[in-house]
Amino acid sequence: MVFNATQREIGEWAAPQAAGVVKPLGSAPQRASTLDLTPYETPLDFQHAAHLLRRTMFGPTFAEIQAAVGTTAAAAIDKLLSATVLPSPPVDYNQNDAMFNQVWVQQPYDKNQETSWRLSLKAWWLGLMISQGVSLREKMALFWHNHFSCATETVGDACYMYAYNNLLRQYALGNFKTLVKQITINPAMLRYLNGNTNTKASPNENYGRELQELFTIGKGPEIAPGDYTNYTEDDVKAAARVLTGWRDNRAQITSYFDATRHDTGDKQFSAHYQNQIINGRTGAEGANETDDLITMIFNQNETARYICRKLYRWFVYSSIDDSIEQNIIAPLAGTLKANSFEIAPVLKQLLTSQHFFDNSDTGFMGATIKCPADFYAGVVRSLQMSLPADTVAVYSLLNYIRNQMAANGMDILDTPDVSGWKAYYQDPDFYQLWINTSTLPQRSNFTSAVVRANGVSTSTFQLVADPIAYAETMPAPSDPNELLKDFARHLFAMPLSDSQIAYLKQVLLNDLPDYEWTNQWNAYVSDPSNVNNRNAIRDKLLNLLRAMLRMAEYQVM
Amino acid sequence: MKRREFIRLTAPVAALPFIWNGFSLTAYGRSRFSDALLKTTTDTDRVFVLVQLIGGNDGLNTVIPLDQYSAYQAARSNIAIPEATLQATKLSDATALHPAMTHLKSLFDEQKLAVVQGVSYPNPNLSHFRATDIWLTAADYDQYLESGWLGRYVDEEFPGYPDGFPTEAMPDPVAIQISSVVSNALQGVTGSAGTAITNPNGSYLSPGESGQPPNTFAGAQVAYILGVQSQTQQYSTVVKAAYNNAQNKSTLYPASGQNTLADQLAIVARLIAGGLKTRIYVVNIGGFDTHSSQVTNSDATTGTHAALLGKLSLAIGAFMDDVNLLGVMDRVVGMTFSEFGRRIKSNASYGTDHGTSEPMFIFGSKINGGLYGKNPTLPANATVNDNLSMQYDFRQIYSSVLAQWFNVGTDELTSVLWQQFDALPIFDSITGLRNTSAPGEFQLYQNYPNPFNPSTTINYQLPAESDVTVKVFDALGKKIETLVNKHQNAGLHAVEFDARGLASGVYFYQIEAGILRDVKKMIYAK
Repeated sequence: MVFNATQREIGEWAAPQAAGVVKPLGSAPQRASTLDLTPYETPLDFQHAAHLLRRTMFGPTFAEIQAAVGTTAAAAIDKLLSATVLPSPPVDYNQNDAMFNQVWVQQPYDKNQETSWRLSLKAWWLGLMISQGVSLREKMALFWHNHFSCATETVGDACYMYAYNNLLRQYALGNFKTLVKQITINPAMLRYLNGNTNTKASPNENYGRELQELFTIGKGPEIAPGDYTNYTEDDVKAAARVLTGWRDNRAQITSYFDATRHDTGDKQFSAHYQNQIINGRTGAEGANETDDLITMIFNQNETARYICRKLYRWFVYSSIDDSIEQNIIAPLAGTLKANSFEIAPVLKQLLTSQHFFDNSDTGFMGATIKCPADFYAGVVRSLQMSLPADTVAVYSLLNYIRNQMAANGMDILDTPDVSGWKAYYQDPDFYQLWINTSTLPQRSNFTSAVVRANGVSTSTFQLVADPIAYAETMPAPSDPNELLKDFARHLFAMPLSDSQIAYLKQVLLNDLPDYEWTNQWNAYVSDPSNVNNRNAIRDKLLNLLRAMLRMAEYQVM
Repeated sequence: MKRREFIRLTAPVAALPFIWNGFSLTAYGRSRFSDALLKTTTDTDRVFVLVQLIGGNDGLNTVIPLDQYSAYQAARSNIAIPEATLQATKLSDATALHPAMTHLKSLFDEQKLAVVQGVSYPNPNLSHFRATDIWLTAADYDQYLESGWLGRYVDEEFPGYPDGFPTEAMPDPVAIQISSVVSNALQGVTGSAGTAITNPNGSYLSPGESGQPPNTFAGAQVAYILGVQSQTQQYSTVVKAAYNNAQNKSTLYPASGQNTLADQLAIVARLIAGGLKTRIYVVNIGGFDTHSSQVTNSDATTGTHAALLGKLSLAIGAFMDDVNLLGVMDRVVGMTFSEFGRRIKSNASYGTDHGTSEPMFIFGSKINGGLYGKNPTLPANATVNDNLSMQYDFRQIYSSVLAQWFNVGTDELTSVLWQQFDALPIFDSITGLRNTSAPGEFQLYQNYPNPFNPSTTINYQLPAESDVTVKVFDALGKKIETLVNKHQNAGLHAVEFDARGLASGVYFYQIEAGILRDVKKMIYAK
């Protein structure tokens, strides 16, 4: 698979532009935040706490944000980075299957079960995004999935994809270099990029290419025929020879090294790798050449910078100018190398920096557009919609949402190609690629469907927001102005204008005086069992929340 | 193409159920086909304007019972409208409008205003929110519906709307709310049947969404999304075109910004005259929650409520003048409602608290103007909890609108309003002629009244003189009666059909005039 997309080059500055759309209003500042990685040490206020949790989770709740208020960024990130217990594997949720309600991830391949298991796996992962507590784990697992792109459709085996996904989760906050080694010999990846058919007799360059082009050092401008600044076409061929011999074992869901398929000759690399030679080894020793290759690549400065740029695009902003390259990317890369490619110190440095928390007009709060996972999992999570306990119900519900996400452009565990989702590399549009005349109404239709009295009801599940319970998590729900203010600062990553607040208040109160809301709310509180009182405020809140979730501001974070 | 549209487009040529000579619908029973036929979208150019008075209008100071003036005065001495000031706006010896409502008084005199007294529903609710929901969804007091009554009407007429629309047959939004928020009355079974607009020429975004995003990186992203949002408003082109296709002609409209309702209705008039096929418009005016200072201490004919009623009266007066000058008056009717009326007895703050029954206004040239219902009976010594009794259920008025104005059949009426309500005869029996058809056009009009009992009138227009037959068939395709069988001149013709002796149900009437033929359904409801 050859990567043809144009990648932006370092130092090229691009403010967001509307692709094919006449931009009606507002434009980006001429320059980006000049703040650097100096730690942000002021205790977090609501805006800063919300910014951190939005970027690191999928729809933090009001209470989760409140809990971070008053702590330092360092303390908040430590909590996000703290170790978690890996979740129990997914189960089969098809009542007609022999494996119903049982873990299937170690089963022999069964084409009759494959569809059920794929759906089970994808739903399970979405469920983790929604149900995990305050943790960076699933956001990083999705980052690595986008980075080490792999598609179920191509791999064709749900058990393999589970192992792949679990690997990403295991190393989500771990060591990048170790993860690259593990991914290189992961059975799903061996299939996805043909590593398992890469033999001495018939070398397959696919993985050797993508390893360099996309996974580690990155492709720079083609400065000479076949020379991509950081590596050459001959380096691709050499890397492919190093990697010959790896195979996957379906029975064990593992990989193994088959020395008979390995090219035992020496491999010469270009000047970009200091003309290094990886000496050919024989027998089982041949597998160690893979470590030599990865070490060689990780010894290049550009490898650390490349992954730091991708982290920056994932967590902060899409465009990287000279100043950000020098003041943010370069020191982050230094941190990565100094910590033997452990990711957590880099994340901590970036996500506790003054640059990250810059809330001035040139800062990046609210400057990313929610990906479908942020949007769909986020709305379910932030409004605390309850997930059923029953296996069939919960997996069906999650697959309903997952289907919407897929239609919206993000089919988790089925990335569009080896480059991952375009929103994270396609210059100059980047995140704006998530939003078009098809996807935007889909998003609003979804929120309007679940923010209704009965929400989305099927024979197996109900997905519905409880607006009263949500309002009750706010400090002062009986005061319409306070309630609106709290909803707004929870749901929106940027402040609303006075006219927008006035509009939303009109949606809530329809020009009635404030005390009518207070009276209604108090009537409900004094007798929550009175269905009239309850439905009166419920319907107003549903109206308000539908309107808020339809606003353009809800699409950004 | 949707099944129902297919039927609709092919029906005039195929002239169901007669195309298969000998194969009546009997052979098919109650098939999808006959179901589709029975639900054929009504061809109409009629427009309905719903005017919501938000907050609970004080009906007793809106329509004043002169025949019980002393009880009225006693119950609300601090806000009672002086008898002497009510002479110019008397509707009858016993009843007067608030003196600020001079334009409505003129419309009443011209038979273009119906006043329905004592409208409410059993066990009325005094919560703004709940009561509004009841009115908008046409629910019983203890029934919780997610869809609005007009949304369900749209669902009946245009299944699936707005999914799959616009279509060739319905290129325009079916319902438009002149506001930034779509009313719950327009909430359909699956989605909203309403399109909200504030400025037909604008970017099509509500004010809350179109605020200038800041010049930040976040603001730039929001600006991009607003651009996409604007593009997704698929109806913006047709609405803008209609808006720019007509100009307001009435000089009665106040300056823009003075009277929100007048501003909204001026947009409605332009959209109607500009050629939109939109059937329903929803507008509103707020501020009727007059718990205090409803009137000024010194003069009960002035103050908040007088200003609101004056705006209401002027807005409707200007709108009716405008649609008349624009030549579309006969196609338009409107109706006001508020979530509830207010208490009989005033409070000490020169105001009134939440109450029950209220009067409703229906306006248009094709209505039977006048007073419906009698003055409410006021107790001699009203106490703080006394309320006006109910004379009409609000859903009776909805029935009138749906059945008489939109020709909704009995079955559909029940599915829109959930039960059957006796309609009031508010709408003129000769309404419904399409004044937009070219003079030479062949037209078979919807019968009127419909549903009917026992007789109804069928109008049709011939483009040229020809041999004409008009026949009536039952739902199974069996011929019941030949109403016309003769040579007729070009122009408009009418024929009466008397169904006495027949069973209640659906009937079809078919016209054949030379090579032209058409068929429509009608409903006989005993």
